[in-house]
This record gives sequence, C-alpha cells and structure tokens, in this order.
Amino acid sequence: MTTHKPSTAAKQEEPSVGIVSPNQVRLFQPPHVLKLANGAALGPITIQYETYGRLNAKKDNAILLCHALSGDAHAAGRHAPEDPAPGWWDTAVGPGKALDTDEYFILCANVLGGCKGSTGASSTDPATGRPYGLSFPIVTIGDMVECQKALVDHLGIPKLLAVVGGSMGGMQALEWAVRFPEKIQAAIPVATTYRLSAQGIAFNAVGREAIFADPNWKRGDYYGGEAPASGLAIARMIGHITYLSDKSMHEKFGRELRHREEYAYNFETEFQVESYLRHQGQKFIQRFDANSYLYITKAMDYFDMTDNFPSLRASLKRTRAKFLLLAFSSDWLFPPQEMRDIAGALRANGADVTYLEIKSDYGHDAFLLETEEVTRAMKPFLRYLHRGGHGAHRGAAEGGVL
Amino acid sequence: MNEEQAPARAGSENNEGLQRNDFRTVLDLVEPGSRVLDLGCGDGTLLQLLRARKQASGYGVEMDQRLIMECIARGLSVFQGNLDEGLRDFEDQSFDYVILNQTLPAVHRPAYVLDEMLRVGKMGIVSFPNFACWRVRWHLLTRGRMPVDEIIPYEWYDTPNIHHLTVVDFEEFCRKQGVAIRRAFYFRQLSRGHAVTRMLRPNLRAGYALFVIAREP
Repeated sequence: MTTHKPSTAAKQEEPSVGIVSPNQVRLFQPPHVLKLANGAALGPITIQYETYGRLNAKKDNAILLCHALSGDAHAAGRHAPEDPAPGWWDTAVGPGKALDTDEYFILCANVLGGCKGSTGASSTDPATGRPYGLSFPIVTIGDMVECQKALVDHLGIPKLLAVVGGSMGGMQALEWAVRFPEKIQAAIPVATTYRLSAQGIAFNAVGREAIFADPNWKRGDYYGGEAPASGLAIARMIGHITYLSDKSMHEKFGRELRHREEYAYNFETEFQVESYLRHQGQKFIQRFDANSYLYITKAMDYFDMTDNFPSLRASLKRTRAKFLLLAFSSDWLFPPQEMRDIAGALRANGADVTYLEIKSDYGHDAFLLETEEVTRAMKPFLRYLHRGGHGAHRGAAEGGVL
Repeated sequence: MNEEQAPARAGSENNEGLQRNDFRTVLDLVEPGSRVLDLGCGDGTLLQLLRARKQASGYGVEMDQRLIMECIARGLSVFQGNLDEGLRDFEDQSFDYVILNQTLPAVHRPAYVLDEMLRVGKMGIVSFPNFACWRVRWHLLTRGRMPVDEIIPYEWYDTPNIHHLTVVDFEEFCRKQGVAIRRAFYFRQLSRGHAVTRMLRPNLRAGYALFVIAREP
C-alpha cells in the first residue's frame, strides 16, 4: 500500500502523495479465465495498480482513475525521492487536489494489454514460457474494464464513488457506466468520445504502420533483441501532433530554429518543433513497448458504444450514474461536439448530467494541462456527490485558490 | 438600489434567492415534480430552489464557465451552451417549463430563442427588465445618459444586454411570433415589494415583467 504522507516532504513544495509503491495482483486464475470480446479466453492476468489516500470504513470514497494510451498505474507521487518526475497526473491527484487524497481513496491500474506491470504482449505466456508477442489476443476497452472491475472486487470495494478518465481513460469511464451501472455512483469522462472517429482511427493506423515498417519489429517477435524503436518513436511523434492544437504549436515553437539563426539548408533537426517531436519520440521508446502500442491503439479503434444499439441514447440507457463531462474547446482529436452528443443523449434519457466545455488552446493535451479549470469543476462535483449539499460552496471557493 | 444587486449568500441554501420577486413568482407557477429547463441559469440559485421546494427535475444552460462551476457545487445538471445556437441537443416538448429569466435582452436572436423555448417546452416563462419604466425614462430625460441602476446594472459599453425592450414591445413581439401570453406578472423592483398580476400602466410603472407564454393554439 502507499505511504500516505511523506515524512521527508519539503515544506515549501506542492502538496504530494509522496513516495508510493506499486502493487500487483493476479486475477482470472484458471479456470476462472476472462472471456474476451473477441471470444478468446485469457488468464491468469496480472494487473499493476497504485492507490493513494485511504479507503474509509464505509468504503464509499473510492475513485477509479483510468489512464490514457501511454499512461500507467503511476498517477501520482514518486517511486523514489530521486525520480525526476512524479506520476502522470500528479497535478490533480494529491492532498487538496482535484482528486483529493485527504477525502478519497484513489485507485489507478495499468490497463490490460499495457506494458507497465499489467499483462500484455510483452508478458510471458504461461503456456510457452516466452513473451506473448502477437499471440496475445486483441483486447478491447470493455476487456480492460472487466479487469478493473475484478480488481475493485478484489479490493473489497462494493461501489465506486466515481470513475474518472481522460481520452482513452474516458472511454473506460463511459464503459464502466453502462457495463456495471450498479457499481458506480458517478462518471467523469474527460476529453473523450463514445466512438473513435475515422480521423482518430487514421492516426492510430499510421502509427501502427510505422511500427510494422520497422525491420526490428519482426512481426512482434523482437523480445530479447533490438526493439522497433524508430517505428515506435514515429508513432509517438504522430500522436503528439494530434495532442496539440495549431495555435499551441505556433505559440510553443513558431518557426523557431534551434542552435542557429539562419537556415542550414540540410536535413538536420533544425526547427524547434522537429526537435520537440524527436525528443518526445526518443523519450517514449525508453518506457513503452511497441506491441503494447499496437494493441492499445487497436482497442481504441474498436471502441464504439453504439455497437449493437440503434442509437447512442439506447446504448446509454442502462447507466444510473451521475455524469460530469469535460471537453476542451481546441481538442480536435476528441472534439467537444462528440462530448455534447453524449451529454445530449444522457439528458434525453433523464440522466443527471453536466457538460462543460473548458476554453483552452492546448488541444487534446488540455486535459492534462488545464489543471486549474479541471479542478474547479471536478472538486465541487465530487464533494457534492460524496457529502451532498453540505459544504458544497466551500468546495467551489477552494477550487478557486488552487 | 445598488446594494440589492449582490444576491445574499448567507443563510440556508434552500432559502437563497427567495427575496427575489422573479424567483418567487417562478416557484409559485411551477407545479411540483415538473421538468424544468432554465436558460441562462447563472449560478443555479433558481434551479436549486425549484429542486428543493418543488421537487422539480431540472437542467440549466449557461455560457459562463465560472457560473457553471457554481452550479456543479450545488449538485445541479448544467449544459454549457450558447442559446443563440439553439437547443439542438434537446428534444421537442421534453420539458414542462422552459425559463428565460433576465436573459432575453442578452440573446442575439430573440425570435429564434423564443421559438426554440416553445419547441422544447410546453410552456415558457420569460422575465426581463422593462426599459420603459419611469425610473429609466427619468434618468434618460434628466441626465441624458444610459441608466445604470438595479434595472440596468451595466455600463453601456460593458453589458451583455444588447436588446433592451419594454413591456409593450414584448407583447407586440409575441403577437407577431404567434406566441400567446397566458399570464403576466409585474414588479417594481427585483428584491423588494411583491409581484402583481394587475398593474395600472405597467409599461410605465413596472421595473420588471414576467410572462408565461405558450404556442398560439
């Protein structure tokens, strides 16, 4: 379990959950294997997770946080004091933050198919003793959610206060709401969609092609040898283009050159934006598995809540959750209109739903960067949910100081 | 008059806003358990009153991000949206009442918004400050400047209100739009006195008017 407050926290530093350590659990032990959406059976499945804050006696303060494509279970704090960076959403998870660890028990797990401790293509197949590679079955957002549900059950949590997630994490939050309506009180899908658009699939497809084209990929059988790093780096560079907006790119880089005043008239990494993308690609290959990238992007491509339903509204009929939908004005990868469609369908069903489009120039990345606005919305929402009207206004005011 | 603009925040949340004539009138009108849509719901004070006192299930539409966050803190359901873009996410006749409280002067397309209100709701409630009130007329006549007081609490260059109107203007507008006025309420000030259904020369004496409207049969 996690150390709630670090004993050596520097006083002037931003509040933090401090030093945390990941946990692992083996679920779906044969014969109780997981039946996947594609019909295959998978088990045992290891899920890596982290928790922050404390589960209260009533066990009604648990919030599941779902990560995006390249995220992992390490959402907040540091594994060691010397870690250069904290978890991926440290700005929003911690004492007094949007997901307030003084109030709530936050749970974040690496998705099925991931490469950060949960079972995925790079894990050892117990049948062969070798890494799965492409023999790993195709998994879906629904399959990921099934694993999270098994983890929640394992931890003895009868009902989640909320499921929160951005981007692919938001898909999981939506999936939870319809798959396990009696298990969640609220859902906060952020910068997400009910079905990935053709454009979204297209970008994912190009990323996968870059990996396929890397000679080191070897149809996924590269473990123990050279990884398809250049393919994965290109995939990540494409991803990063889609996470920014035209405006944020212009403001961040413009046409700035690095190291020089004049054009070099050659193919070196010359423009700042080139250098940024290259850097992002190089950073990513240190920490991510190319096959995982293939599997997870494919899971996103397959996500369509309206599959087997006549309408979006019909697909959302089962949910009993209260919703807070957060979209960002300049997000063109997961456009606000798709979030509006979800909100409209939920409202037509009579659901309790709030839709907020936060003004931001950061594009899709806004969901990780607009912490102040996200906090202002999320914190009072959760407070009202957990405590009812009591102190609701205090919540709004507190959100403002952050 | 100005000191009355700031809504009192103290006291029980369920009583907040009760001093306002427009809110009290709406509360009297709406039957318990109604489905209510509040357009330009602001910080959600009215919706909260309707929920607490009339068990109304309600949604709000609001443009201002900060005000929406206040609504969230009250546990209300709110949609961020621009009324001038219509209510395209809302289905026909899906609400008992659609409320446009003190918001009509701020919309760019009043005819379209009114039309959308009566498409989505069975009845509409519209309340607005009366620009023909004697106090406004007097201010203009004597000082020759745009009035800034409780009725028009903004400087001309910094106002969301782009369509000032009068009681008579609204009545004529409804006739042209094929909208029936079912009931009318007048009050002289927002948070003092009380609303009346009959007033001698309301276009001169009412500071505010509130109308219940429906589609002409």
